[in-house]
Parts: sequence; C-alpha cells; structure tokens
Amino acid sequence: MPSDQFQAEAEAGRLCLRFSGPLDSTIAAARWEETHQAAKGAEAITLDARGVTALDSGGAALLVSLAGADAEWQEPEDATARGALDRFRKGVGTVKPPSQHRRKLRPIAALGSLTLDLFRRFLERLGFLGETVLTGLRLVPRPWRLRWAEVLRHLDEAGTQAFPLCILLGTLIGVILAFQSSVPMRQFGAEIFIPQLVGISLTRELGPLLAGVILAGRTGSAYAAEIGTMRVNEEVDALKTMGLDPMAWLVIPRILASTLVMPALAMVMNVTGLIGMSIVMAMLGFPPVAVLNQLQQWLSVEDLAGGLVKAAVFGLAIGYVGCRSGLSAGRGPRAVGDAATGAVVGGIVSLVLLDGVFAILFFRLGW
Amino acid sequence: MAGEPVPDQREAVVSVKEAAMRYGHRTVFKDVTFDVRRGEIFVILGGSGCGKSTLLKLLIGLMPPSAGDITVLDGDWAKLQGDAKRRLLTRIGVMWQSGALLGSLTLAENVELPIEAHTRLPAAARALVASAKLGLVGLGDAAERLPAEISGGMVKRAGIARAMALDPEILFLDEPSAGLDPITSAGLDLLIMSLARETGTTFVVVTHELQSILAIGDRCIMLDKDAQGMIAEGDPKKLRDESEHPTVRAFFRREAM
Repeated sequence: MPSDQFQAEAEAGRLCLRFSGPLDSTIAAARWEETHQAAKGAEAITLDARGVTALDSGGAALLVSLAGADAEWQEPEDATARGALDRFRKGVGTVKPPSQHRRKLRPIAALGSLTLDLFRRFLERLGFLGETVLTGLRLVPRPWRLRWAEVLRHLDEAGTQAFPLCILLGTLIGVILAFQSSVPMRQFGAEIFIPQLVGISLTRELGPLLAGVILAGRTGSAYAAEIGTMRVNEEVDALKTMGLDPMAWLVIPRILASTLVMPALAMVMNVTGLIGMSIVMAMLGFPPVAVLNQLQQWLSVEDLAGGLVKAAVFGLAIGYVGCRSGLSAGRGPRAVGDAATGAVVGGIVSLVLLDGVFAILFFRLGW
Repeated sequence: MAGEPVPDQREAVVSVKEAAMRYGHRTVFKDVTFDVRRGEIFVILGGSGCGKSTLLKLLIGLMPPSAGDITVLDGDWAKLQGDAKRRLLTRIGVMWQSGALLGSLTLAENVELPIEAHTRLPAAARALVASAKLGLVGLGDAAERLPAEISGGMVKRAGIARAMALDPEILFLDEPSAGLDPITSAGLDLLIMSLARETGTTFVVVTHELQSILAIGDRCIMLDKDAQGMIAEGDPKKLRDESEHPTVRAFFRREAM
C-alpha cells in the first residue's frame, strides 16, 4: 500500500485514520505495526474507510483493531467492501470475552488439586484391579465362559510371533555378556567361569526382564491401542449394552495370554542366550562339553524355576497395565496414542518394581 | 425464443471434462462433465457408493483423475506445483464430513491455522479474524473450546468457519448435514444460503440429504453407481418434478428400487 493510501491526521482533537484503495491481508500485515503506532495514545479516533475499494478479512481485522470500541466510522463507499466490513463486525460482535476458567491456580490450591487428582487416579486403578480379580475369580468355576479362541489368538500374537525377536535378542545378549565378562575374567585366568556368570544372570534376571521389555513394547502397547480404539469407537459401550462384560471379553483373555506366554518367552531368551555364550566360549577355545559341564555344575533348577515364575508375574502385570490403559482411554483423537504410551511406560515401570520385590524376596528366602 | 432457458453467462469457476476414476479394473465413474458457475450453490448428489466423495477429492486436488480434465479457478491440479498450487489452495476452502478439526487445538486456533500458514498477519489480527469467522457461523461463545467439547452440529459449523478463514472463492462441503438432527441440519442450510448470498462465495456441496438438496441447491448433478457416471444435471426442483429417469425419480421420491 503506497503511503498515500494511509494517512493519519489530527483534526479538532480527533485522530483521523484515512484508508483508500484495496486493503487485503498482505497489505494489512505489512502496515499493521505502522498504523497501530500512529493510533497509539489517541483519545478519539475517526476511521475513514470511504476510499477503500476492496477488503478481505485481514484488511477488516486491521480496521476493526484500530477502531476499538468507540471510534467514529466512515464506511467504505464501495458496496462490496462495505458488506465485507459489516459481516466482519457482525461476526466479531457476537463473540463473548473468554471466560476466566483457565486462570492460573494458586500454589496451595494447585497442590491440593494435584493431590486429589493422584488420589482419584489411585482409586480408579484400585477399582480396576478389584474388578479384574473378581471377574477372574468368577470365571474359575465356569471356565467355559471364557473365550478360549481369543486366548489362543493372543497367545499366538504375544508368543509365537514374538519368538523370532526373542531369539535374535537372546543370542545377541548371550554373545555380548560373554564377550564383556571375558575381559576382566581373563585377568584372573577365570574364563572357564563365564558360563556360570552368564547362565545365572540370564536365568535369574536378564531372561525374564528382557522378555518383559519385549512384551511391554510389543503386546502391552497393542492391548492398549486395540482396546483404546474400541473405546473411542464405542465398541466397549456396545458390549456393555449387549449384556457382555468387557472385563471377561477383552481383559481376562489378554491377561491370561500374557501371563502364560511370558515363561515361554523367558525360556527362549535363556536358551538362545546360552547358545550365544557357547559360541563366544568356542571362540575363546573352550569346547561345548566344558561349557555344558560348568552349567550343569552351577545352574540349579531353582534358578530356572524362580526366573520363570518371575516371568509369569511380569506377564500378568504387563497385560493388566496394557488393558487398563486401553479401557481408561479418553475419547479424543490423542486418546489411543496416550493409552499406548501409558501401557509401555507403566509396563516397564511395574516390571522393574516387581523385579525389586522379587530380589528382596529371593534374598530373604535364601534362593 | 420464449420458453427456452437463458444460458447462464457467469464464468465457470470449476470445469470438469470427461473425468473418469478407476481403481484397478473397477470403474467408479466415467464421462463426468459439468461446470460450476461463480456464486452458485452446486450440489453433487447420489446414493451411497456412487463416487460423490471421490469426485470431491478430484475437485480439491487430492487425487488425479484416471482420465479427463479438471480445472478449478483456471488452475489444473495436475499441472500445478509449488507456489502456484499453494496459491490455488488459498482460494478454496474445504469442510470435511467429520469436521476434521485438530483435536488438540481450540476452535479459534483451528480457524487461525490456515491464516498463520498463508499470511503474515500478526497474532492479534489472526485472533480477530478467527473471532469474526466463528461469530459468523454462530460459534462466537465457543471459540476457546476444544472440538471434543462441542456437539456434532457445532463441529460442522466450526469446519465451515475454518474453511472460510482465508475468504475463499469456492467452498467445498462434504456431507454437511450427515448425522445431524433436522433442526440443526436446516440451520446449517440457512447458514450456507446466507453465506452464499452475502459473501458471493461459490459452494460445491456433496450430499444425499434430499431436503438439503432441495433447500439450497441452485443446480446439481446426480451420480449413479450402476450407470457409473452422471445420470442427471439441472435444477434439483425441476429434476424432482420433471425427470423421466427411473433412478432420479426414485431418489427424489424416496422409493426403493
């Protein structure tokens, strides 16, 4: 907009802002600062838009923002521009000032609100846990009510389809552990004890833990996303109105599958990890017989069984967290993503917490 | 010459010539030819699965047609790239069937989005334009609410406000009345008519809602799944009263075939 298309003049105590020619978004954006600077501090404004020949929403926004509440308007002579300005003012005029409900809370109130929110969430989780346990117990005398086909489907998805990943990671972990431990062990001439070290680490700790991480990442998030999507699509409500318990239909089969599948995944991790370690031992010059002999001598059935029991409990927790995240998903478009994230994070946190509990328990029991 | 219709002299803002769409061996429609003239409310109608929404996607440049030419405001989507395509996109607005508002943004922020992307207006100006647009569709007091907090009818109106953010010359509306109660739907029809009258914007509306078609449509074309193309073109009221085509008659009389 050339300078002759905008003029600011003081006339009898009033500031007259005069616009002429076309006034569109590009021009309005370019002249926004300048025109507002000119209008700054003026007590009374006359907005002379008689010469405006074309106006879009951006141009109208410039005029309306300059005018404020009590300016004197001189309307555009061009009918189309006048119509556009009228419509714009009509639209803005219907807007109520935003309410103050998003105002900042004071620190004490914010702390109270946070505490109440945490307590409410804790109660929700407790309620869900209770409901899951009760539904599970109700199904014990009537196992035919459980959808076994669903259980098998989830066993396949969470178990057999995860085997290749477990085999790959297990082998690599065995190789890495053996290599890493060989360096300090060599200093003491104790490389022959690498099988014990890797074997015990894997069966008691790393096998179940890594299988749990795989389950939380692959299956826990899938449970949450699947159930969360069903919730967003009102399929969960539909189940309820058909008289079907979503806990029995959706939650229990998944938790059962994740509980049953975890010992198998942990076992795959254990075996492939030991194979990986044997490969490294062979490279270091120890024949398989020596490795097997060491393992037989030092690895007990208790080590293995303890690890597998631990794995089953991890599976239970991951399945539970995944289903809970899905069923408590919100309704908005981000709900499914949030539920999946919650399942993975919650699954891994519960995994580590439970592992800590098991560590103390096994220590006390002297296992 | 008495009795013969006077040809409409207004310029064609959308021009479709022998457009066809095929997915593999399945033909959705073929030989579709029509013009939309400046300032009219043009309705694309037809039963479910006849390709209405597919045709809309061709018109707004989301997909190329399998054959034929489509020109919107003298621009051919297939030949436009970069800035030229961007400029054409600022001259049209689209309201999606689901509203397609971004769930994490308030209604005002949703309307501001295209303004922010395509103009250099400062934040105060963008907010003012968003207020005006939301006010025009009757959502002045809901500007700070999130899409999840408002009703289906409000979502559609907010969708129209966002589509109008850049003062487009053509507004494309996909099923504006679908899923709404008769009162809300009638209110939306009135809104479309008043916007067309007051702003001079051209509307291309895809719908199968009979009452909407008759209430707002200046002209229409009808697509048919079995015919794989257009089976009628003209004033919807005339088609209702005078068409001899069995499918057109059945559609307007709500008869099963």
